[in-house]
Amino acid sequence: MAEAAAETTPDRIARPRMSPLNQRRWQNFKANRRGYWSLWIFLVLFVLSLFSEFIANDKPIVASYKGEILFPVLVAYPEEKFGGFYAVTDYRDPVIQDEIKAHGWMIWPPVRYSYQTVNNAIPEAAPTKPSWLYDKKTLCNQYPQGAADPNCIVGNWNWLGTDDQARDVLARVIYGFRVSVLFGLILTAGSALIGVTAGALQGYFGGWTDLLFQRFIEIWSAIPVLYLLLIVAAILPPGFFILLGLMLLFSWVALVGVVRAEFLRARNFEYVNAARALGVPNRTIMFRHLLPNAMVATLTFLPFLLSGSISMLTSLDYLGFGLPPGSASLGELLKQAQRNLNAPWLGISGFVVISLMLSLLVFVGEATRDAFDPRKTFR
Amino acid sequence: MTEAPLLSVRDLSVAFVQEGRQSMAVDHISFDIAKGETVALVGESGSGKSVSALSVLKLLPYPTASHPSGQILFQGADLLATNEKELRRVRGNNITMIFQEPMTSLNPLHSIEQQIVEVLKLHQGLGDRQAKARTLELLNEVGIREPEKRLDAYPHQLSGGQRQRVMIAMALANEPELLIADEPTTALDVTVQAQILELLADLKSRKNMSMLFITHDLGIVRKIADRVCVMTKGKIVETGPTKDIFANPQHAYTRHLLAAEPKGKPPAANNAAKPVMTGKDIKVWFPIKRGFFRRTVDNVKAVDGIDVTVRAGQTLGVVGESGSGKTTLGLALARMISSTGSIQFNGRDINKLTFNDMRPLRRELQIVFQDPFGSLSPRMSISEIIEEGLKIHEPKLSPDQRDKRIVDVLKEVGLDPATRNRYPHEFSGGQRQRVAIARAMVLNPRFVMLDEPTSALDMSVQAQVVDLLRSLQAKHDLAYLFISHDLKVIRALANDVIVMRNGKIVEAGPSEQIFGNPQTDYTRALISAAFKIETAPVGIVSE
Repeated sequence: MAEAAAETTPDRIARPRMSPLNQRRWQNFKANRRGYWSLWIFLVLFVLSLFSEFIANDKPIVASYKGEILFPVLVAYPEEKFGGFYAVTDYRDPVIQDEIKAHGWMIWPPVRYSYQTVNNAIPEAAPTKPSWLYDKKTLCNQYPQGAADPNCIVGNWNWLGTDDQARDVLARVIYGFRVSVLFGLILTAGSALIGVTAGALQGYFGGWTDLLFQRFIEIWSAIPVLYLLLIVAAILPPGFFILLGLMLLFSWVALVGVVRAEFLRARNFEYVNAARALGVPNRTIMFRHLLPNAMVATLTFLPFLLSGSISMLTSLDYLGFGLPPGSASLGELLKQAQRNLNAPWLGISGFVVISLMLSLLVFVGEATRDAFDPRKTFR
Repeated sequence: MTEAPLLSVRDLSVAFVQEGRQSMAVDHISFDIAKGETVALVGESGSGKSVSALSVLKLLPYPTASHPSGQILFQGADLLATNEKELRRVRGNNITMIFQEPMTSLNPLHSIEQQIVEVLKLHQGLGDRQAKARTLELLNEVGIREPEKRLDAYPHQLSGGQRQRVMIAMALANEPELLIADEPTTALDVTVQAQILELLADLKSRKNMSMLFITHDLGIVRKIADRVCVMTKGKIVETGPTKDIFANPQHAYTRHLLAAEPKGKPPAANNAAKPVMTGKDIKVWFPIKRGFFRRTVDNVKAVDGIDVTVRAGQTLGVVGESGSGKTTLGLALARMISSTGSIQFNGRDINKLTFNDMRPLRRELQIVFQDPFGSLSPRMSISEIIEEGLKIHEPKLSPDQRDKRIVDVLKEVGLDPATRNRYPHEFSGGQRQRVAIARAMVLNPRFVMLDEPTSALDMSVQAQVVDLLRSLQAKHDLAYLFISHDLKVIRALANDVIVMRNGKIVEAGPSEQIFGNPQTDYTRALISAAFKIETAPVGIVSE
């Protein structure tokens, strides 16, 4: 609207893209170097992990077979296409590889394992050590042609070793990172949406609405979540969305208090009264005048809610009530580490990834808090 | 003056660092205070007068603040050069300070006895019994009646004036040589202000104290100060004995300040003009509920049966001390709070209408609030603020038409339309109040309730806003309900005045009659406190 008007009235000055307040906040955020860098590192890792299928997969990204360009990473071609008879093609099978190579070419992702791929050529009983701890001869002793085998290449290395089911730890960590962060993000967004709405309504209307809602929340948050998860796990097959829904039922409560307090405080501000005197409807007042006040508290809270949800998922996986068996999960990796104390690479990988992820989020959260702190000055 | 001054400020500067930039709040000022002398620092907000006073005790937020130059010599020692330990001995002992807002300067969780005794024990090492005796003595001295009964009171149980008296008692506890008073009466009613000023002048002469008095109010200065320093933009532009400054101001800024009182006369009263807003027997009672079933045992009668009539093109002034119910009356008439009685607006009874039914009427019935810093949303540009009402009441306007209306109204209230995409914090207090007035005026209202619209503003800006309101009224034939405790503004703007006290009308009538020939003691006390800063006999006004 503002832009449209800018063209027609010449003396109308284009509104700056960001309000001065937000510009100042962004400056403050950038001034916290640790938080700023953490945000970038986290964003890069997150965006990369969104394309995990192109980084670690047991299918080639692109293949050319008999003049046809195929995208095995996106499309599941049956084996018939390459002269076999299974419903799903196993591109790691040397027979298929030879077939495709004879009639074209294929480009593999840098890591030739997906999170579920079992490495059939591990040098010793699983869990095996990271590949770079073996010499080439030992590493490839299970391949038909030993060290000279065409598959004895860097792409088939297990950079972080394998777990006790001979699955590549690096691939599992990449996918696990994605699942954790996505779970955390969706859960946080969901709880923020519900929590802010509930808090806003309570704070704005106050009185009986507030009183009854608060009592309800007290009872609601007294329900033991873990027991409920156990019971539900016995009835429904645990999956990503069932877990998400269950957690959402209880995690929205976290934000209600903060938002409610902000609304209670701000609903009697003079500019809110001024808006009421203009006849502005309640909904608009809440959105335009009160929500920005509550956003500061909410945004400050969010990164911590995010890291909380991630560690919750990890601990549920660790206890075995989380994602279904076989899914890429960092909690499951930790569980394996605990069972296989002789394989320290499992524990170390899990620990490094989880602590890196949580630290980055906490640093970002810290910088966000700084950025929104009106009393913060930088010297 | 052969004797060395008690306090001598030499070439003092104060700089603040904000977002990497350094700004000078006080720019090379010098002044002296002799023993037993009262020096007033006068200036408008932002002139650096409070900052100068705070730097005497080094109470500024260091290291954000710094002193690029200067000396503060107190009894010959440079306070800027002393360390924190030495300074603590001076603070509260030789130099004490009282602040503007007595509610926030007293600890709400301690009784006044505890707070005064603490000072005595800390600085004079008195024992329990001695300290208590001295506390009673001090409270007596500052004019708190029956101090024995007040010892256990908490700050919220005292009135504003009493709280300020307690603050003064604390400041006097150690018999300081210098008392710094930072706008000590700004938050108080005029009647109480007169009492406090009298007390300060009395104490000063009895104890031969020096006083550094900071204020924006020239009336007070004339009453209390021996010498005046006029400050603007961090500089002292004129210094001299009070009489000389008032009789023969040298600097243009001083003349500007002296000329700044709200002037002019309201338009002649016209009882034939059409009544826009009529209230009959308006009552706003807040119930006091007790017991398990929340039975109503009593009511706080904020407004108790008041009749008002506001006519087109006329202004009804409502005056009274704080707590007299004048704002509540205004809010009730504007249907912002519920009340009983009949409210006729344009001949229609609006007191039974629901919030939604009221909405179409809101455009004709506007409110301008007291605090221009609080009444504008800090997150919206002023054009967004002004267009909010237009969007609701004239939804058919295109963005261009709306923008044109905003430009027109900004011109009308004397603001540059090119600034309409800026945010409120980029404007001064007076400009913000103009924005608030523009927000009301853009809807072409017929009735405007003005709730202390000038109280938060500097004196010279007050006069401008009063002039603006008067010209808008003449142009649009507006009916004003003007609520204020400031009788000078009321006199400049209102045709009719009602004087309120404890929710009831004490006196009502045409403005000339109220100011020229007040009938009740209460009105007389208010007027003499406001115009002459004189106290009334005990019992007529609140304490």
